[in-house]
Order: sequence, then structure tokens, then C-alpha cells
Amino acid sequence: MTEPNGPRLLAGTAGGHRLDFAEHVATHGSLPLPADRRESGPWAKDLVAQIGLSGLIGRGGGGFPTAIKLGGAVEGRHRTTVVIDVMEGEPAAQKDSVLAAFSPHLILDGAEVLAAALSAKEVKIAVAADNPAAKGSLEAALAERGQPRGRGLDMSIGTPPGRYVAGEESALVHWLDGGDSRPTYRPSKPAVLTIGRRRAYVENAETTAALALIARHGGAAYAAQGWERTGGTALVTISGAVDSPGVHEVAVGTPLGQIIALSQPTGTPTGILLGGYGGTFVGPEALTSPWSPEGLRPVGGAPGAGVIIVFNESSCGVTEISRIADWMARESAGQCGPCVFGLPALAEDLALVALGRNKGRIDVRLHAHLDIIAGRGACAHPDGVVRMVRTGLSVFRKDVAAHLEGRRCSCAGAPSVLTLPDNAGELAWR
Amino acid sequence: MAVKLELRIDPVACDGYGHCAEVAPELFSLDEWGYPILRSGQVPTALVAVAKLAVKQCPRKALSLATAVDPPARRR
Repeated sequence: MTEPNGPRLLAGTAGGHRLDFAEHVATHGSLPLPADRRESGPWAKDLVAQIGLSGLIGRGGGGFPTAIKLGGAVEGRHRTTVVIDVMEGEPAAQKDSVLAAFSPHLILDGAEVLAAALSAKEVKIAVAADNPAAKGSLEAALAERGQPRGRGLDMSIGTPPGRYVAGEESALVHWLDGGDSRPTYRPSKPAVLTIGRRRAYVENAETTAALALIARHGGAAYAAQGWERTGGTALVTISGAVDSPGVHEVAVGTPLGQIIALSQPTGTPTGILLGGYGGTFVGPEALTSPWSPEGLRPVGGAPGAGVIIVFNESSCGVTEISRIADWMARESAGQCGPCVFGLPALAEDLALVALGRNKGRIDVRLHAHLDIIAGRGACAHPDGVVRMVRTGLSVFRKDVAAHLEGRRCSCAGAPSVLTLPDNAGELAWR
Repeated sequence: MAVKLELRIDPVACDGYGHCAEVAPELFSLDEWGYPILRSGQVPTALVAVAKLAVKQCPRKALSLATAVDPPARRR
């Protein structure tokens, strides 16, 4: 059994060990599920109550309370297809891939829990086409456990293109429904997503795995680790100016500095990008903040998808922001004008600031662009870029001021600490 | 009580013709790339007729009028 204060999601995987089905059951115990249809109603109600006690929030980036999301879907009583999102389009995130590679059965258990709660007959697991390790592990796991226990549940794996926005839930569902993997316009909130005639219930892979733990041990045990209203442990991906980048399981509420120490930062952190490339920059004052929604709110941050990128004095903040903005501009799905034209314009402004060329008040143009781009796309991709740039300009304001005065900062020519896959080629959405 | 209406722009359908801003400059401005920006969330009663005209004449059928929710939906 797992220890109360040890790793939970990654229990038994130390040293990069993949748990096969027998080892998984020996580590986590068997999964309690309702025996038949008559039992499933009260069981689902109790499950939602336990999730409420657990303080679980979505680990895909949104941070929405899972009990409210699942509770609403259970009460809705629609015919539903469960979608497990292992897309992980964030280049700086690897936690869902690590989970799929080493503890795939925890994700599949959670998928069975969701299917039972929603009386779903079908589970679709989405893994990016360019992530063979996660796909291979999940395929092997499906084979190891056989088709789920004779309840007529069909679990399958789909492989949409590995683009940044392809894992956005409307893009994912559109692809699974036979369309391309680009976000769709959803004027009504909350949006209703469908695959064929069924509602799609989309859950992030790590959140799904956490549901497998709550279904086994209950909400109170899950909340034994955690901070204030947010319970449990979470997977973080630490990268940037650190000696050993990687994925770690941490208790929600662990101070940010203590988390970063797990990856041995080089030098003194000058800024940290939290959540993802569409996340928020925070300054070194955030190192004492508890890593949780409540703990990071005072410094303007949020856990997001668990991405933590550390920057130190050896890299130029302005240049790094410019690199991310340029990469994100190329990841636009190419559908909405303010994103298609706005993001490249923003990236160009930032490139000029990074080069120390301030002809024609580039700072005024940059801020004008920031003011008009957000909130005008079908998805939140442009909004995320604007948030990253705004908070980055604030955290690295001394570097920004130096660049605008044409001095460039002391770190000119410093190498990037970022992971940015080549995306200059043709975009594929099918 | 009169029903309050708000304009919505489908940003995927919109191709930046800019016709809406010509028909109803009181309701739409254009960004530097020619895509519309709503001047306010709700449509003032006096401008409902012109809003309906803009919706009808949009060459991409990207505009719609919806009953305003309170607080107004985020600006599009």
C-alpha cells in the first residue's frame, strides 16, 4: 500500500520503473466499482461527495474543482463519452507523459471510475501522435488488463496531432468527432461538447489518476496532504536554469522554493514561469509562497498544468519572453484574426525590444497590442500569450528598461534555458 | 422590462471584411488588421435596429445577437 506522506500518483515507480497490472494492484490495491446498474447511482453520488472532501482541482491547467464538474455531469444524466486528455501540448510539461509511461493503470482506473459514474459505454484516450512512449505504455496497459471486466466498456486510444492547442478540450473533441484538431467557437458558457450524439466529458490524465486514488481511499485520506481548500499531491515539471530538470510529485502547498530545490537550480532565480507557456511569470519573492491556487494568488500566479520554468541572471528575461511569444505565435491554429495577426505582431515588437531597437516608441506599440488581443479568440491561446508577456515584462522590468534605452542588459548573447521544439514548418491539424 | 441584447462575434467565421464597422460604427471599431472590436457589451436600445442590420449583412454570418447575461459575457 502507498504511504500517507509518500508519493501517491508515482508510488512504486522510483528509478523509472513501469508498473504492470499485477504490480499496480499490489501497490494500490484493487479498484472498488459498483457491481451493477442499480448500485451505480448512489455510488456516483457518494463518489462526488468524496471528491468534494478531497479538494481535488483539475490538473490540466484550469484548476476547476473536479467535484463541481463531475457532479454537474452526473446530475445531467446525458449519454456520455469519457475523454482522457494525455495530449500535453505544453513543451515544458512532461507530467502526463511520465504518468502514462510509468503508472498507466492509474489513469485507466480513473477512466473506469469516470465511466461508471457517468454510465458511459466508451472511453477515448487521446495521446499526441508524436508521443510514442506514452502511447505504447497505455496500449500495453490496455492489453495487460483485458477489456474492462465484462461491463461492455470500450476503451480505445486516439492520436491527434501533437500541436500546442490540439489538447484544448474543444479541439480534442472536434478531432475525436471527425473534424480537425482545432478549437471551436463556443458562444454559450459552460460549453457543451459532443461526439456524435453523446456528450463529451473531458478529463486531464493526472486528474483522472487522482480519481482512482480517491475512489480507493476516500476524500479525507486524499486531503491529508494539501493546503487550505486544495487537496492532494500534484505532478510538477521543473525546467530552465536547473541542473536536473524533471517531473516530481509534491504535496499541494509546498513552498515554491522547496519544489525548485528538487531540481537543483543553478545560480539565483530571477524569475519563474508558472503554469505553462501561457502562464504567469513571478519574481523571486514567490519562492516562499505555497504552491497552490490560494498560496500563489497574492503573487499573481497559479499552478496551471504544473509547469515551473526557472530563469536566473545568466539568461536575458526580455529575450526569453520574446522567444516564447514567437513560438506561441507559430502555434496559433490560424483561425481567428486577432490571434493570426496579433500574436506575430506582438512577437515582432518583443524581438525589437530584445534587440534594443526602440525606434518609433516600440514600447507604446507593444502595450497597445497587448491591450487589444486578449479575449478575442475562439480559445484562450492568445489570452495566455498576453498574460505571459505582461507578467514577464513586469518581473524583468529592469532588463526591459535597459533594452528600451538601447543598452541591452548585461546578459546579451546568453543561451536560452527554454525547451522550444522546432515548429517553423507546415502545421498539421488532421 | 426591455430585454437587453448583446452582440457576439464568431472569431473563427470572421474574415475581417469590416462591413460591420461601416454599417454600425457606433457599435464596432476595427483593429489595425481590420477585425472588429465591440465598443460595449450590451447594445443600447436606440441601436438595436442598426445592430440587427449589421448581423444580417455580415458577409461571413459571424455576428449574432443574444440575450445579455448579467454580468455581460467577456468582450469578443
